[in-house]
Amino acid sequence: MAEMIAPIAVATGGWPKIAKSPTDLRVQPNLLDYAATRTSFSWEEIRHELSGLPGGKGINIAHEAVDRHALGSGSYRLALRWLSKKGEARDFTYGELRDQTSQFANVLRSLGIGKGDRVFALMGRIPELYVTALGTLKNTSVLSPLFSAFGPEPIKQRLTIGEGRVLVTTPNLYRRKVAVIRSELPKLEYIILVGKPGEATDVPGTLDYHTLMAQAPVDFTIPETDPEDMALLHFTSGTTGTPKGAVHVHQAVVNHYMTSKYALDLQPDDIFWCTADPGWVTGTSYGIISPLLHGITNVIDEAEFDAERWYGIIQDQRVSVWYTAPTAVRMMMKIGIDVVKDFDLSSLRFIASVGEPLNPEAVVWGQEAFGLPIHDNWWQTETGGIMIANYAAMDIKPGSMGKPLPGIEASIVKREPDGSVAEILAPNTEGELALRPGWPSMFRAYLNNETRYNKCFNGGWYFSGDLAKRDEDGYFWFVGRADDVIKSAGHLIGPFEVESALIEHPAIAEAGVIGKPDPVVGEIVKAFVSLNSGFEGSEDLRRELQGFARKRLGAVVAPKEIEFQDRLPKTRSGKIMRRLLKARELGLPEGDTSTLED
Amino acid sequence: MTENQIKDTVFTALKDVAPEADPSSIDPDENIQDELDIDSIDYLNFMMGLHEKTGVDVPERDYAKLATINSAVSYLVARVG
Repeated sequence: MAEMIAPIAVATGGWPKIAKSPTDLRVQPNLLDYAATRTSFSWEEIRHELSGLPGGKGINIAHEAVDRHALGSGSYRLALRWLSKKGEARDFTYGELRDQTSQFANVLRSLGIGKGDRVFALMGRIPELYVTALGTLKNTSVLSPLFSAFGPEPIKQRLTIGEGRVLVTTPNLYRRKVAVIRSELPKLEYIILVGKPGEATDVPGTLDYHTLMAQAPVDFTIPETDPEDMALLHFTSGTTGTPKGAVHVHQAVVNHYMTSKYALDLQPDDIFWCTADPGWVTGTSYGIISPLLHGITNVIDEAEFDAERWYGIIQDQRVSVWYTAPTAVRMMMKIGIDVVKDFDLSSLRFIASVGEPLNPEAVVWGQEAFGLPIHDNWWQTETGGIMIANYAAMDIKPGSMGKPLPGIEASIVKREPDGSVAEILAPNTEGELALRPGWPSMFRAYLNNETRYNKCFNGGWYFSGDLAKRDEDGYFWFVGRADDVIKSAGHLIGPFEVESALIEHPAIAEAGVIGKPDPVVGEIVKAFVSLNSGFEGSEDLRRELQGFARKRLGAVVAPKEIEFQDRLPKTRSGKIMRRLLKARELGLPEGDTSTLED
Repeated sequence: MTENQIKDTVFTALKDVAPEADPSSIDPDENIQDELDIDSIDYLNFMMGLHEKTGVDVPERDYAKLATINSAVSYLVARVG
């Protein structure tokens, strides 16, 4: 991408603090006194703000999100307002959502799908996705959402690792991405296709969503749900190996509730819009669950990013709290502030961002464009919910991720040569960002991979894999990743996954994949490949490889750039040195090359 | 440039970002991003490719006006010199 805005500069200092005076805020924030709330906070107490299943039968995310609000006049409150690509709107009250999710739970039950069984969803942001997600949770089955822009290979891997018994998708996605891998998924028993309402789908070997729903009763009693029962399975990528399925349990809902209360400041009359896709953890924790926990209206937009459309949505739907992502903010910055001024965005009172660090320019641009700074926060798939945030009542240091939430202990640590772990207490010193285990939405496992799970914990800390600093005022600042994982448009991409797909092409001998910095999306996936003898690195071949990768991996995972190299830098033990590829790409010092093969 | 030439140019620019795709096979009134598995980065590159090939300057706020084959062609037809 040629034309660029100012490069991303995430660094301490330089930018003046944005001072807040809570009395100036339109609504008094839920988290007014940070220190006092942190001191008095208890998980037990916040949990009492939720209901629990009737009769003391545990805690279930879908009950907290839907059923407990759908009582009496509460059932007429607006739960979801869905906006289609073509501009139509569809509303779902809490009562309607209760009925439809109960029907879907009954559909699963009638198929013999029960507690702990994995139900995968592969859809765009259509209403049926939300019904599938919450209905699955009601049935105490496990929801695993997949991003609809994944190609067949990532889909197959995730369904295999997750041992999916059910996949809910659309006829179009089925035809393009699932049909070719179906024979390799023996554990996948049912594929439910969501076609157009009123037109039954007719694909051999699949079931029709709307037919099943029409036959399903609307009464469903949520079975007893232990707080530690598995609820959500979110896939994430590491440096090596296959994707990891992070397991979250039903009591994660306590964290979803607490964080949306304190970090997003959700209040009873808010209209909330999270722009993330539920195929990623943000789009589930905050795009489905959190707003409903507060009984408020959740706006869903089916379409992809389009600045004017987005401003129109905020204006027309009177969105008050908006949770978006740095890539989107930077695209809006490119389009310019003039466009913003064509809209009445006076309904907005709080804006937050997550996915990758928000550069200080973007935080400040929010003030110019919307009259509100953009509040960065930090968390990851494994944490299940926001861990560190800039709150409504807190002064912002642009470029900082903020401070740990009540109930969350975060620190900067380092591994000592003897294997022990030491906290770094000196301010502004780089180390790995770590959290004290024990919060309710902490991942409980990487599914069927205890070794990799255990590796994340050491010396009483969860190691996030992010490098960061803490300043003298307790604000945390992101520095970089401790590993080679690529972050593109807020999505984690494992280089190994990309390399493995590339080397299946007969022309490719070896592949090394890196994240190449990009001012808008953070990083783009770039592949360096060496060719087998008999192949020449031509433009035609480059295009063929690009197409090959896109067909297998899908647009979000496939490399955007492919470069031929005669030889990739490797260690003497034969491991491709991605770090060196990256340094060379960026013209940076090559660092320690003592392990480089001759 | 004739309308047909512009259409070819749109196809070429799409194939530059998605070499495996067959843009002529999709419904020209459907969203290109959905039909050809084009993500937001590809879409930006597609817009830049169109600019390079036609000389038409597409301001970012107009990007959404080129979301389908037909709308992209008419947008360019109206502006190509």
